[in-house]
Amino acid sequence: MTADAWAQLALLVVLLGVSIPVLGTYLARVYSDAHTTLVDDASEPVGPSGAGAAPGDRIFLPVERALYRLSGIDPTAEQRWTTYARSVLAFSVVSVLGLYLLQRIQGALPLNPNELTAVAPATAFNTATSFVTNTNWQSYSGESTMSYLTQMGGLAVQNFVSAAVGLAVAVALMRGLVRRRSGTLGNFWVDLTRGLVRVLLPISIAGALVFVSLGMIQNVNSNVEAVGLAGAPVAVPGGPLASQEAIKQLGTNGGGFFNANAAHPFSNPSGLSNLLSIYLLLVIPFSLTYTFGRFTKDRRQGFAVLGAMVVLWLGSALAAMTFESDGNPQFDRYGVTQQADDGVVGGNLEGKEIRFGSPASGLYAASTTGTSTGAVNSAHDSFTPAGGAVSLVNMMLGEVSPGGVGAGLYGVLVFALFAVFIAGLMVGRTPEYLGKKVQGTEIKLATIFILVPSVLILCFASVAVLLPTAASSILKPGPHGLSEIVYAYTSAANNNGSAFGGLTASTDWYDTTLGVTMLAGRFLPIVAVLAIAGSLARKQRVPVGPGTFPTNTPLFAGLLTGVIVIIVGLTYFPVVALGPIVEQLSL
Amino acid sequence: MRPALADSLRKLDPRHMVRNPVMFVVEVGSVYVTALFVVDLSSSTTQENVFAGLVALWLWFTVLFANFAEAMAEGRGKAQADSLRAARADTTAHVRRPDGTMEEVSSSKLAVGDLVVVSAGEAIPGDGTVVEGIASVDESAITGESAPVIRESGGDRSAVTGGTRVLSDQIVVEITAKPGETFLDRMISLVEGADRQKTPNEIALNILLAGLTIIFLLAVVTLQPFAIYSDARQDIVVLVALLVCLIPTTIGALLSAIGIAGMDRLVQRNVLAMSGRAVEAAGDCQTLLLDKTGTITLGNRQAAAFLPVPGVDELEIAEAALRSSQADETPEGRSIVTLAVERYGLRDEPVPGAELVPFTAQTRMSGIDLDGTSVRKGAADAVKRWVQAEGGEVPHAMETIAHGIASEGGTPLAVAERRDGALRVLGVIHLKDVVKSGMRERFDELRRMGIRTVMITGDNPLTAKAIAEEAGVDDFLAEATPEDKMALIRSEQAGGRLVAMTGDGTNDAPALAQADVGVAMNTGTQAAKEAGNMIDLDSNPTKLIEIVEIGKQLLITRGSLTTFSIANDVAKYFAIIPAMFSGVLPALEDLNVMKLSSANSAILSAVIFNALIIVGLIPLALRGVRFQPLSAAAVLRRNLLIYGLGGLVAPFIGIKLIDLVVTALGVN
Amino acid sequence: MRSQLVAGLRTFLVCTVLLGLAYPIAITAMAQLAFADHADGSLVERDGQVIGSRLLGQAFDGAEWFHPRPSASGYDALASGATNLGPTNPDLLAAVEESAVAYREENGLDPGAAVPVDAVTSSGSGLDPHISAANARLQAPRVAEARGLTVQTVLGLVEDHTDPQALGFLGEEGVHVLELNLALDELTS
Repeated sequence: MTADAWAQLALLVVLLGVSIPVLGTYLARVYSDAHTTLVDDASEPVGPSGAGAAPGDRIFLPVERALYRLSGIDPTAEQRWTTYARSVLAFSVVSVLGLYLLQRIQGALPLNPNELTAVAPATAFNTATSFVTNTNWQSYSGESTMSYLTQMGGLAVQNFVSAAVGLAVAVALMRGLVRRRSGTLGNFWVDLTRGLVRVLLPISIAGALVFVSLGMIQNVNSNVEAVGLAGAPVAVPGGPLASQEAIKQLGTNGGGFFNANAAHPFSNPSGLSNLLSIYLLLVIPFSLTYTFGRFTKDRRQGFAVLGAMVVLWLGSALAAMTFESDGNPQFDRYGVTQQADDGVVGGNLEGKEIRFGSPASGLYAASTTGTSTGAVNSAHDSFTPAGGAVSLVNMMLGEVSPGGVGAGLYGVLVFALFAVFIAGLMVGRTPEYLGKKVQGTEIKLATIFILVPSVLILCFASVAVLLPTAASSILKPGPHGLSEIVYAYTSAANNNGSAFGGLTASTDWYDTTLGVTMLAGRFLPIVAVLAIAGSLARKQRVPVGPGTFPTNTPLFAGLLTGVIVIIVGLTYFPVVALGPIVEQLSL
Repeated sequence: MRPALADSLRKLDPRHMVRNPVMFVVEVGSVYVTALFVVDLSSSTTQENVFAGLVALWLWFTVLFANFAEAMAEGRGKAQADSLRAARADTTAHVRRPDGTMEEVSSSKLAVGDLVVVSAGEAIPGDGTVVEGIASVDESAITGESAPVIRESGGDRSAVTGGTRVLSDQIVVEITAKPGETFLDRMISLVEGADRQKTPNEIALNILLAGLTIIFLLAVVTLQPFAIYSDARQDIVVLVALLVCLIPTTIGALLSAIGIAGMDRLVQRNVLAMSGRAVEAAGDCQTLLLDKTGTITLGNRQAAAFLPVPGVDELEIAEAALRSSQADETPEGRSIVTLAVERYGLRDEPVPGAELVPFTAQTRMSGIDLDGTSVRKGAADAVKRWVQAEGGEVPHAMETIAHGIASEGGTPLAVAERRDGALRVLGVIHLKDVVKSGMRERFDELRRMGIRTVMITGDNPLTAKAIAEEAGVDDFLAEATPEDKMALIRSEQAGGRLVAMTGDGTNDAPALAQADVGVAMNTGTQAAKEAGNMIDLDSNPTKLIEIVEIGKQLLITRGSLTTFSIANDVAKYFAIIPAMFSGVLPALEDLNVMKLSSANSAILSAVIFNALIIVGLIPLALRGVRFQPLSAAAVLRRNLLIYGLGGLVAPFIGIKLIDLVVTALGVN
Repeated sequence: MRSQLVAGLRTFLVCTVLLGLAYPIAITAMAQLAFADHADGSLVERDGQVIGSRLLGQAFDGAEWFHPRPSASGYDALASGATNLGPTNPDLLAAVEESAVAYREENGLDPGAAVPVDAVTSSGSGLDPHISAANARLQAPRVAEARGLTVQTVLGLVEDHTDPQALGFLGEEGVHVLELNLALDELTS
């Protein structure tokens, strides 16, 4: 890795380091209004004692009140976990149907200057589930399939709301951990609205404008057709891109306006926009750990979780950056220079853009798969086997390094329950996390949480490799073909959305099974998490003492990392061995 | 040992195995592999047969070792149960009917409410309460303690247990338990572990283990399609071997043994836990309520100092105290003599010609008369009255000293003499509660473990505070009534803390029931014994601390072996995966970091290690992980290092060694 | 559940209006006011005619042009994308070998000469506007000869049209093929 690559990583770490406390604190205040008070200690700076004392109330409160009125919501109603879960599901069902409908009738609607026709049913179903589940798997080519209205009025809306749903679920879990003997977890509609109005929208507005200043397009013009310099016809696509790109990164969505996603020069015009994109997709997931620290009134609880996330993310980033910078050894025999040097852009450049180079592509890949974003600034399929494996394993970890908006935090907290349960016994007490006893109910639900993606991935992938209609989508068989299929289901089950593009996934088999995988991979774990939250909220809190299993130490961060890596490693080691590992070892 | 071996075979019954999902999967795998071995016997090569046969054999061993561990744990209780059964033998009871007639009834036909007359030499036919008489009873059948105890009607010593034997006198017992539901019956089933219920934490752990088993089942079952895709279709024997190695067999095999052994450790200490839940709760306790007398302090007060009034020599008062106490046989009196002898070198010899005045409840003094000289020692006010009655004066200094002692929580005894008709107060003896040795260290340990100790006493707050400080408890409850105790438990529980306490009296019963761990003394009343969830047969309240430690040790053992078991899997993958695919995907040979000699020996070594580690850990499961009274952070660091890191490393070494042996024996 | 569905539907509609219409339209308005050039696609004009976007690569054949990197889509901006060939895919290796041979041939290099990796690999978008400086330097003699310029002049233009790294260390520097070719054209016409 070059010195510049290190400097780039360092700058990103500094930017995040500065942002995490600020945004984390802000998030804590956004979600601790009068109805969802999380503090019973007046001296604690977090959380207001009166109604709605979060920053920016003068602007946001009237907007929220108007929205509550329009949506017919009683913002003071507290919900039990079952109601909270029903709200999440109801909203998502409506969203899937609405987005499906929009795609199917886009041809008859305005804001379609390129005169695109209705999206095919299987693709429309796949895309609707994909965006509602925050997966944003792209089985279509944006520029030739989706009208501007579908892009901004359908896909971008889901970019916002699916992220806000993730945030809400994470907040509900945090409330479950800190509330005592409480039957309720807050109000989903309020959490959804506040997340949208106070967090996602303001940052997206700022991000979109910065992106335009860096060269991103933002218009509703039809594509410009022209004759290029050498006389060949050229096209310049149009579209409301920047407004969508900002929330796509911020909300860890990742679905591209264009087929090439963030490799497209319009989506990602420069090295700077690239770094800002990475920053945007990491900032909320990391900051939520700080929010968690504020909720628990012990910042070190947040730092321990953050520590585990950072270790996994940095480890994967460094690995991907290194593997890609080292290049593809197979190219050596053709006299190809891959060693970075004066004027030589080094590394495995197949599928990568010059303006980013290999290290920044590796960093992007690790970050986009570590969060559940799935945007790509380079073709993951063409990564070295080891580099591609980093992305695959990152997703297999269940999106906790640092994971999707909200989903990362609740995912890592479920793993924390496991870590506490397995190792917590070793201090001679029945395990407890943040003073809440971890018992059969929680373990059952947490087990379901981690079982769901493994069942989906292993079952569907094992059928797909043997089923002729599915296996024929592999362009070239061999270990890489296995990686492609496993990657597709891993991406869908963990709601990532990135792809090993070599697999022809726009078939009915994949559209359907991946659609089912995305739905199950998103909502079963969410219901499990909310059930855990409900169960924990009802419990009494055991006071902390010297006999308490410490969950706010570097040791716990290490333990948590170990538990994540071992549980996931044990589940997927065989299939990873037969895919990327064997491919890498036979290079 | 031998009965345990037989039991291991008996436990192969699938109806028994299914209660343990992990080992049930192993058993199914064993049956499957054995069937494959038999079916393919003729069509396979010798090498294949040897391999399949050995895998099947070791899979069976894995199951048997697990059963053996459980049988071993149960075996310890069995012997004890047998001797208890002997005590339960049917006897003839002499029932006194309401009309006064006597009737002989078999003890197994007694009904609750029957009045039974038990005379010297007879066994008490059932649990009950003494309603008439007093008797000395031999309870050694239950407690193992040979010294007889007194049981009498009324008060806190009225409970008798069926199967114990009256040694002297005659008592009338009202039967309080139906035959078959007596204390002895419960004790037998407890030590045998016959109706052992899974505890909440054990249930949760079982869910986790079942979840892991499902994950690994999934990983192994789906491996075949991936292998077929990779042109490396796997032998079913190999897949079963992989599955058994991956699922958490180590902890699955030892889990119930750990639980039984934990209960057994309590039984060894003469504590009967009525439920495993209580043992677990003991590990969780954050507040211990300890009765002052008998737990923190010795039962009696002891002389600590002789404090002369001005003008009197210290030796003089010591001499006077000694002489005047020679007639006092109470423990307090003996302690005065001891202090005088040990600290002042005086001799405890009878004075020739002296007349001893023994302590009486009326005078509340003891003393000695010799040649017209009288020395008296006793309660400060009694001595004062004596001096004044004899026409003497009580110096102000004595009152001051006495008051000072009382305010420190001690008891002042005054010493006065009448010599040649002149009365003189010599000084004051300081009697105080003596904290048992080692208690402060014990409480420090508990504090380090995060457990708060609260001393319960009927003393006034001043006295209580002094003793609390000396003993090093965290808090105290003075002038405690049963209602206060109850309120304290409730408030601790409202704060989320689990509370453990001991008690014996009937008025302790509500508090014992309310506490998360209520240890009733065996000497206590029937009500107390029924309210608590543990019974201490030795009636030693200090044992509460040991009970907490045993509870913690049980959980630590469970957690450590779970961690060890899961950490083990990493090495097994590195042994088996390269072996499975070395033929078709030679590149994976790079993963064979242990350099195992062949595919078959690698798989076999992993299976053998997996089985042997169970045997190797049986002693640890039965004995429990060594418990150290440290903070949770320190305990975690230590155990993570040993069982986490150790669990990662140990199988690499173990599998390599077994591979060397297997290869040397010619299996490949 | 019905009340939840109603609330869900109303919220969905409200969100669609707020986030799906108001937000992008507001951003479009602001972008058009503040950064009209960027917002419309950084169009490059010659003689009043749009010839493409500064950000999008174009196909160039012929000795007189600097050639961009291979492209999976042939620089069709309406079909962006990569080859998506796996790292060990024989098709990829064949393409790399073929490109390397062709590259050496058209630029008059020795058969065993080292070729910069960007010259034989396709980009992620198929629209990469850049090539590496090393790649440009190897092409310079051919372009100079075809256009009757000195290699020195051409190399100077290459230098002029090299986009630096963002902030001096982010990403990589790259030679902007469209601008370089445009400058060449203006110099020679």
